[in-house]
Amino acid sequence: MNLYAIRAIYRFEMARTRRTLVQSIVSPVISTSLYFVVFGAAIGSRIPHIEGVGYGSFIVPGLVMLSLLTQSLSNASFGIYFPRFTGTIYELLSAPVSYVEIVISYVGAAATKSLILGAIILITASLFVPMRIEHPVWMVLFLVLTAITFSLLGFIIGIWADNFEKLQLVPLLIVTPLTFLGGSFYTIDMLPPIWQTVSLFNPVVYLISGFRWSFYGLADVPVGLSLAMTALFLAVCMATVAWIFKTGYRLKA
Amino acid sequence: MPPIIDISGLSKTYATGYQALTGVDLQIRKGEIFALLGPNGAGKTTLISILCGIVRPTAGTVRVGGHDILRDYRAARALIGLVPQELTTDAFESVWATVCFSRGLFGKPPNPAHLEEVLRQLSLWEKRHSKIMTLSGGMKRRLLIAKALSHEPRVLFLDEPTAGVDVALRRDMWALVRRLQADGVTIILTTHYIEEAEEMADRVGVINKGEIVLVEDKAALMRKLGKKQLTLQLQAPLAELPPALMRHGVELAKSGEEIIYTYDASAAEGEHAGIVTLLEDLDAAGVAFKDLHTTQSSLEDIFVGLLKGGR
Repeated sequence: MNLYAIRAIYRFEMARTRRTLVQSIVSPVISTSLYFVVFGAAIGSRIPHIEGVGYGSFIVPGLVMLSLLTQSLSNASFGIYFPRFTGTIYELLSAPVSYVEIVISYVGAAATKSLILGAIILITASLFVPMRIEHPVWMVLFLVLTAITFSLLGFIIGIWADNFEKLQLVPLLIVTPLTFLGGSFYTIDMLPPIWQTVSLFNPVVYLISGFRWSFYGLADVPVGLSLAMTALFLAVCMATVAWIFKTGYRLKA
Repeated sequence: MPPIIDISGLSKTYATGYQALTGVDLQIRKGEIFALLGPNGAGKTTLISILCGIVRPTAGTVRVGGHDILRDYRAARALIGLVPQELTTDAFESVWATVCFSRGLFGKPPNPAHLEEVLRQLSLWEKRHSKIMTLSGGMKRRLLIAKALSHEPRVLFLDEPTAGVDVALRRDMWALVRRLQADGVTIILTTHYIEEAEEMADRVGVINKGEIVLVEDKAALMRKLGKKQLTLQLQAPLAELPPALMRHGVELAKSGEEIIYTYDASAAEGEHAGIVTLLEDLDAAGVAFKDLHTTQSSLEDIFVGLLKGGR
């Protein structure tokens, strides 16, 4: 293991995070606060409690996940895309580092940043609505697994994208809809039966369901299944990254 | 002593079908300065990129310091520093942060004293807290060298280091390269300026269309290629050469209006006596000239010559 290299890349990426900290934190915190004002206070007050949980509290896990997913994707995709764009990636490719080390450091840094943001949003949420966390260990597990998985996905997007538009495309066109339709704002059984079935193909459903279970003990799908699906998604991303480095896809001619 | 870089049968065909390298065999000796000359698109950068791990070879093997660059890439790459042709730098990081990053990336423990020495050598120490984007082009070029030297490489690749660099900086770079060589670093530089090869190199390789056309000691190459011609325009045309001039190997041209004398431009001091005795003999033979000029083969001529003349 080239630990010095892992540390160098991680610190480089975290320095970038520090430079952009204010905008990184301010915008998710503002948008989360807006969600609470609109969905929690304005609309939520007219929505009955869901299995004993107030609507404002109910949406907290989904909102944290929403931020975690989008932040993980954008951090990780930008982190690897930018050196490709500027050409500084030559140094990384010519360095005595294995792809495992590259992935650990880039994905680790991206996941760290999104976990920090997730925590901040959780704290923000606790200012607006009452919250309880029944299974804190599971909660942290889901947070960390999700941050890593979506940072990996972001890393893949950052390697696949060959312009800035594509870099935005996947988060905008796929991940945001999946998250909104993933049960951030409702339970799956509120949907018509056909859409309940469709929802089961949405990986985000499992993340949010498991994450919400760790808060309130409420779940759309069994928590074991949530964990298994998250792990499966993580494995798919890892396999894709392994293939990228094996073939040199978009990295080495 | 085994070569520090041993390339055998190296070929590269890009996905587009373009064949950039064809069966390259090349050995670089430890501690030498090797200049790789070639026109644009000859394959210089592809060759360097493969050695550094940025481009994947299609066929052939490369060993650096005895380590296969694919199977044993860690050991091979740890020996190598690369200064790329393009000014590719980060923008927002400080000079100090970026050299620290490079050193760590190559698996070396922090060593501020070494980094300070490198930055001082390259006149960047005063700029260590500046963001890279505030540096001038020449400073960025030096910063790329500093990054490559930050991890104490034993082999340094300089890909067209002096392209677009002013004369003073070019001199500084040459001096730095000599100091590195004195420390035992092997240096491979690509260039299309023959003066640069002439100034710096111990050996010269010429690459064209993906093939190594020749590899030779610089001194021998300069003798072979560095021909100069002196043309004398005569006041009155000569029907034939006076016997006294025969021994100089001169030729008559333009129906006797010119005398052309070909000589070795890189010959050591004292061997230029040829011109002096030629002029004396002309005088003695009563041949008067009204004008004279000399020409020297350019690198372009040399390439054309190499390509046409029996490859």
